[in-house]
Amino acid sequence: MAEVNTGDGGGHGKHDKKRAKKSSTRIDMTPMVDLAFLLLTFFVLTSTFSKSKVMEIPFPKDPKDLKVQQKVNNAITFLLTKENGIYYYNGPFNLKGNKEGKPPTTITKTDFSAKGLHELLLDRNKPTIDAIKRLEEKYKRKEIADTTYKRLALREQGRSADASKGIVAALTVLIKTDDKAVYKNVVDLIDEVKICNIGIYAIVDMMASEKELLDAETK
Amino acid sequence: MPKIKLPRANPSLDMTPMVDLAFLLVTFFMLTASVRMSEPVIVDTPGSHSEKLLPENVIMLTVDKKGKPFFNISNVEVRIKTLEQMGAQYQMTFTEKEKKAFGKMSSFGVPMKDLKKYIALSEKEKEAYNSPGVPLDSLDNQLSYWIRYGHVQERTLAKQAQAKAKSLGHQFKDTPLRFAIKADGQANFLNVKDVIKVLTDNDIYVFNLITNLEKGDEIN
Repeated sequence: MAEVNTGDGGGHGKHDKKRAKKSSTRIDMTPMVDLAFLLLTFFVLTSTFSKSKVMEIPFPKDPKDLKVQQKVNNAITFLLTKENGIYYYNGPFNLKGNKEGKPPTTITKTDFSAKGLHELLLDRNKPTIDAIKRLEEKYKRKEIADTTYKRLALREQGRSADASKGIVAALTVLIKTDDKAVYKNVVDLIDEVKICNIGIYAIVDMMASEKELLDAETK
Repeated sequence: MPKIKLPRANPSLDMTPMVDLAFLLVTFFMLTASVRMSEPVIVDTPGSHSEKLLPENVIMLTVDKKGKPFFNISNVEVRIKTLEQMGAQYQMTFTEKEKKAFGKMSSFGVPMKDLKKYIALSEKEKEAYNSPGVPLDSLDNQLSYWIRYGHVQERTLAKQAQAKAKSLGHQFKDTPLRFAIKADGQANFLNVKDVIKVLTDNDIYVFNLITNLEKGDEIN
């Protein structure tokens, strides 16, 4: 296999009879093997093992229903706009000169870096993240089963407030985009939300009052 | 003392096992390699940390950089059935040849009236073709029909396959149909939202966003 035939070596004395050269039964397979390796290299280099990755997102049945049940007491709203602009405000939106006499909402600028958005979400979602960490430790010590861990972690992400026990509700993230926001920023934000263990998030339409605030800020 | 003669080592070594392995690998890569159809648009999907893989059985909606929607069904049989139903809806008949060509196509972004012309184009011409996108406005929401009929046809075929498997006494594993949105990172989110609206209008509330895997620092 794959060797060069170099006659049949020594041993031909002067007195040997002249006989017809025995043709070798071996075939030179070098070209075939070369080709095989060439093909191998080609297929190794061109084959793509990686299938596309996906992230699954659920959408509310009707965004109008959402407003009714949005009695959120621990929400953060992100407003996305052109040039990777991202602004946020905490809690409900307070109009200027509202009846309750609350100060009007102002929006704060942040960015998509680890220092900006990531730290902000980690900080805002600290109770949930800590609770899930405790569960994870319990799971690692084999005190709870993995299904229990998953179930409890999920419950932690959707926890509602209990003032008597000093429990704050799990963080809810609302994502609103204006007409210039790009898709990439929305995906980045959802990705960050998932990384920070936030269970409740929704993409909703922007209110006119929010748009005004955003326009004033981006001008 | 006579010298001990060492047997002369044969310089040619036996390469049989290596070549065997090489051929095995060649065969493996040749068989696993799948022919990828060229897409009519190049879409640069954004990155995420999700590690979920794209499901097998999908209806894929592509949104390109300019916000034009494209449509694709992964299953060839379903594609052809859906085309037949769409033809019936828009009073168009497709020849067997056209149906076959359509089954082999990748995603497309042309309205029904241009579809026959588009199918007839060669692979090269399709790449150069400036697709206007599948219409999805409220006056002529073809994308909605494509999704609805695609969904219906897929379920019908799955049921038939199940019935057939049952009659033969085989096991049947249903791979549920999933919906995926593959949008360009730079596309305006409003266009993506329009496509999402078409899906939610068709009572589809859970779907996948196709992203690239982004390697980032581990976060706790």
